[in-house]
Amino acid sequence: MNTDLKKIDDYHWKVPRRGSMRVPGIIYSSAAMINRPDQKEPIRQVVNVATLPGILKASLAMPDMHWGYGFPIGGVAAFDWDTGIVSPGGVGYDINCGVRLAATSLEEKDVRPKLADLVDALFRDIPSGVGSKGSLKLSVQEEKKVLRQGSRWALRQGFGRDNDIDRTEDNGCLPHADPELVSRRALERGQKQLGTLGSGNHFLEVGVVQEIFDSDVARMFGLFEGQVTLMIHCGSRGFGYQVCDDFLASMTRHVQKLGIDLPDRQLACAMIRSDMGQRYLGAMACAANYAWANRQVLLHRSREVFQRVLGIGPRDLDMQLVYDVCHNIAKKETHLIDGVMREVCVHRKGATRSFAPGHAGVCDAYRSVGQPVIIPGDMGTFSYVLVGTEKAMEKTFGSTCHGAGRVLSRKAAKKASKGRAIHRELEDKGILVRWTGRSTLAEEMPDAYKDVSEVVNVVHGAGISRKVAKLRPLGVVKG
Amino acid sequence: MSEKYRIIDHTADIGLHVFGADPQDLFANSALAMFDIITDPQSIEAVDTLTLTVKGGDWPDLMVNWLRELLYLWSGKQLLVASTRFTGISERELIAAVTVDRYDPDRHKIKTEIKAVTYHQIRVDCRATGWQSRIIFDV
Repeated sequence: MNTDLKKIDDYHWKVPRRGSMRVPGIIYSSAAMINRPDQKEPIRQVVNVATLPGILKASLAMPDMHWGYGFPIGGVAAFDWDTGIVSPGGVGYDINCGVRLAATSLEEKDVRPKLADLVDALFRDIPSGVGSKGSLKLSVQEEKKVLRQGSRWALRQGFGRDNDIDRTEDNGCLPHADPELVSRRALERGQKQLGTLGSGNHFLEVGVVQEIFDSDVARMFGLFEGQVTLMIHCGSRGFGYQVCDDFLASMTRHVQKLGIDLPDRQLACAMIRSDMGQRYLGAMACAANYAWANRQVLLHRSREVFQRVLGIGPRDLDMQLVYDVCHNIAKKETHLIDGVMREVCVHRKGATRSFAPGHAGVCDAYRSVGQPVIIPGDMGTFSYVLVGTEKAMEKTFGSTCHGAGRVLSRKAAKKASKGRAIHRELEDKGILVRWTGRSTLAEEMPDAYKDVSEVVNVVHGAGISRKVAKLRPLGVVKG
Repeated sequence: MSEKYRIIDHTADIGLHVFGADPQDLFANSALAMFDIITDPQSIEAVDTLTLTVKGGDWPDLMVNWLRELLYLWSGKQLLVASTRFTGISERELIAAVTVDRYDPDRHKIKTEIKAVTYHQIRVDCRATGWQSRIIFDV
């Protein structure tokens, strides 16, 4: 038992303010999850984040919290726009890593007979794996358009439909993106990788709606039981990594000049209003836009594959984007804090926005019910669709969890998978898997992750998002 | 021969504990260890030589910047590092001759994609027994 922790109720724990902490830590979890030995380190990271200048209310963590570098993964922190900091480590390397869910008009029986062909074709047509390169090779001039326009760029090239953009967080474009702020290296890495999935935990999944918890909201989201879905999880590829890396290096030097005493160098930061802070936000927005364009291209390619393999037209497939959310981002938002509306910079690192019904940030189609939240599980279990709530606005700066959260290190996962054929085990459950990396499957096996249902039950119980639907995987493509 | 490095298991990432008799040894072993995580070092041949100058604010900063530069050779230019030799090294700057091989999928099997060298819990220490460093990679 971690003695620093005080249980508030069954869903949250408090780390009281002490030492150089400016605010307390609040961790959403369950008794079973928070007392595990692997939570010790991320709890310390929650404390570290609480020491940063301008942090408001609390250093927060979601139930899928695990050890990150600097900020914990599953961390949420908001900083005052005038007196607070922005930190690349609070966003993460894979800027705007995120997930999008699309729903079709098909049912499992329509797809089952051709499932193997479908998964094979998705695997073949969508470049994945280490350092994968796309079919789109961009000139630097064209790349800069991607960085400025995000999803809109993809749409202009014919990759998608108008309502794809409405159903993307921030309409798939952060407006303050300035390509002149990114390095030559970042541009170079970005030129070759648009339209690729990448490696690691990124995936493309054909699934089916297994259960509906809230039929009214599900109907608004266009979801019904037995419906075939497609989920895409990926980010800004090497481009985002390079942006993060470049700014971490310059902010490490910068922060020494500022005289901010950091408990960990990975927490390097700059004041939001400073030139350095604004430069980072402008470059970060480029990476966020790159990621949205990337997921938009991948959705388009997936639609083409479905139509070709199943021999149907776009109308019969009717693959509609339900929503696209970011997992790794820092954004300017307005939140009610101690009775006053304040402009803040919300960092979500491995966390999802969960805006309430009526919020202007939720697209017209869903404004009456709240923002869709998509929570991918590991490849052997379920994924969830949740909806944002007023409680999230009050408690977590409109944020909730993002996934299952790792429990086994990659090495430990490989060890645990020795002598097992993970793809066979999945096939026995009716899930087809195609993958590139030698050890990807072992590293990403279901046992390596927390039970996503346990994570979702906490955020649902705490009221920071509500369960709408549960999806079961049919076929998975891993990088 | 004494131990040059050890791989540390980290929930989300891979870390290294590197040893060296002096800074040159430590920085050379760190490079070796990083490319051992990426591929089989035996498969990398010294085809070309590049000269790198890397600067840092202190030893840990220099270490991160050094490995970042070498990782960029891989992720940005598809070059694998065979060996490193220093013509000068101090806390603020190093100059190194780096031999590299061009990535060839037939000869090089990629074991792990290192995506970034992090500053997380970075350490470079001079102890009575020699120099040590701890580095965590994002993979």
